Amino acid sequence: MCTRPVDRVASPQWVWMLAAIVIFVAVAHNVAYAQGYPTKLEFGTPATEQDIAAIAIAIPADGTGLPAGNGDYTKGKAVYEAQCAACHGADLMGVVGLPNMPAGAQLRLIGGRGTLASRNPVMTVESYWPYATTLFDYIRRAMPFATPGSLTADEIYAVSAYILAEAKIIDKSMVLDAQTLPRVEMPNRHGFVPDPRPEVFK
Amino acid sequence: MSSVSSERTDATTTAIEEALGRIGERISEGEATAEVCKCKEGMFALAATRRQLFGGAGFIAAVGMTTMLPRTGEAKAPPGAVEYPVPADSTKEQGRMMGVDGGYGSRSQFESEVRWANPTRTAAFTPLQSGYGIITPSGLHYERHHGGIPNIDPARHRLVLHGLVDRPMKYSLADLKRFPTVSRTYFMECSGTTGSEIMKAREPTVQRTHGLVSTSEWTGVPLSTLLRQIGLKPGAAWVLAEGADAAVMTRSVPIDKCLSDALIVFAQNGEAIRPEQGYPMRLFLPGWEGNISIKWLRRLEVSDKPYYTREETSKYTDLITKNGKARMFTFTMEAKSVITFPSGDMKLPGAGFYEITGLAWSGRGKIARVEVSIDGGKNWSLAALQDPVLPICQTRFRFPWIWDGMPAVIQSRATDETGYSQPTHQQLIDERGPLESGSLFYHMNAIQSWAIAADGSVKNVHPSG
Repeated sequence: MCTRPVDRVASPQWVWMLAAIVIFVAVAHNVAYAQGYPTKLEFGTPATEQDIAAIAIAIPADGTGLPAGNGDYTKGKAVYEAQCAACHGADLMGVVGLPNMPAGAQLRLIGGRGTLASRNPVMTVESYWPYATTLFDYIRRAMPFATPGSLTADEIYAVSAYILAEAKIIDKSMVLDAQTLPRVEMPNRHGFVPDPRPEVFK
Repeated sequence: MSSVSSERTDATTTAIEEALGRIGERISEGEATAEVCKCKEGMFALAATRRQLFGGAGFIAAVGMTTMLPRTGEAKAPPGAVEYPVPADSTKEQGRMMGVDGGYGSRSQFESEVRWANPTRTAAFTPLQSGYGIITPSGLHYERHHGGIPNIDPARHRLVLHGLVDRPMKYSLADLKRFPTVSRTYFMECSGTTGSEIMKAREPTVQRTHGLVSTSEWTGVPLSTLLRQIGLKPGAAWVLAEGADAAVMTRSVPIDKCLSDALIVFAQNGEAIRPEQGYPMRLFLPGWEGNISIKWLRRLEVSDKPYYTREETSKYTDLITKNGKARMFTFTMEAKSVITFPSGDMKLPGAGFYEITGLAWSGRGKIARVEVSIDGGKNWSLAALQDPVLPICQTRFRFPWIWDGMPAVIQSRATDETGYSQPTHQQLIDERGPLESGSLFYHMNAIQSWAIAADGSVKNVHPSG
């Protein structure tokens, strides 16, 4: 038929050669310029137990990881007077007007229960903080202001006991340690709600 | 050759000294008339004048130098600038040689914008009133620290990832830089910005009301890349991020954010991030309150629940004084805008044309529109948005205005691509309750008002009067 000569021009041999060239060019191009991102990247080095233990100091609300040691009100009073009173006040009510420090009201540690639903709330460890473990965690990582991270575990348990007892949250006779601290029930434990935003404004 | 070159130097020096003498005279005579012109510096009341910075005589003494090299020891240039002699006619002598700056440039000695630090020195505010475009210069990016700015040697710094993971890892800065990186232009805002303005107008300028927001181009490694490498164990739901500063600042971050757009950032505006911004590396969580993007990042611990750190319980929780309950984990910074010109403490020289301009941003995406009112919110008109309009980034808006010389109250209102519009102060108070003292009204994004008096002076005003 009349289509035969055309078929002969596009011979199978010619088609295969063209295909081979196209494939070769595509593969060569890919190898040279576009290898893509590997699914696995191996930079960095394994972190050892020691690497982690040296800095993993955070204490969650259930107290996991609290160190050995203990402290009570009496020992804590001595720690407080030596290490904390200059900024937080001898009466734990804060010191107004300290240079280069957050405002006085922010440094107040006790009081303020019953003020949260007012236009002048007094927000302290006593009235606002939901977990006692946070007190230990924060003192250990960031206090005293001038020498952060310098207190021993015993001193931190002790000064926590002093603050919580002055706040009338625990008894002055209570000894705080890894077992007792997480069980301290803070007055505002259930005072927090999830973020409801975006708000719908009227 | 050396004698020729030294003669030439002497001749140059003599010429410079002569020129400096002439300039000194001119400055001491003409300074006052050149600077009290209300139509220039006067409009921007905050920009310190050269007279305020130096005083006439001190400046003349300072420029009595014998070489063109900067003298940093006694230089009286503004921060970030180097004092160089000013020739009488800059076309009649060669300018300074390349390289006298040591290879790193500085801004003009005639520019003096600086961050404003609050009295307690815990926050420093970006001078929004004199910014242009959308990028904040790295040296003017706002700062908020909880234990000062640590000075960290990157050679000794490591980021440790551990917890509910298959392979705990640690990364040096060099390790981090080998991963594929991304660059994104994002705003960052402190959740306390404008919080003290909720009940009444307190601060005089836009720097002090709104200056805890800035925009940079940030470059780093997606946190998801690292988490994929180390492998998450079942139950992984939160990641505790911890800084290497004196506050050892910690915040808990939901795993979904860590697996979406969270970055470990090591560069800002094309160079290493500044120490104030977390050098050598920081977490960056786009659109979320600034403090959760932990700076000087040293540790990420994957866990099944949040840690309830001090910075997510006693601070950065939003007390709703209507009922005494506090919102926790309020991450998103919602749509907000502010007019930066004209703004508080400026003075317009008289009736006529002004281009009102300002910034709008939203942690939920792109800005869809900004409306401007020149009558205290009775009528609103669309402002022009300057390209580019990027998600989670400040957008520059402009609005042509012919001031008739009568008292006016100007406002801007941003709406983002989710349809959320900036509320009024009263809407926020109705929703969350009033707050006079005791805490900050976090996430305060109400419409800002500037009142322009008949004499052209601009004041921060509050709808409550």
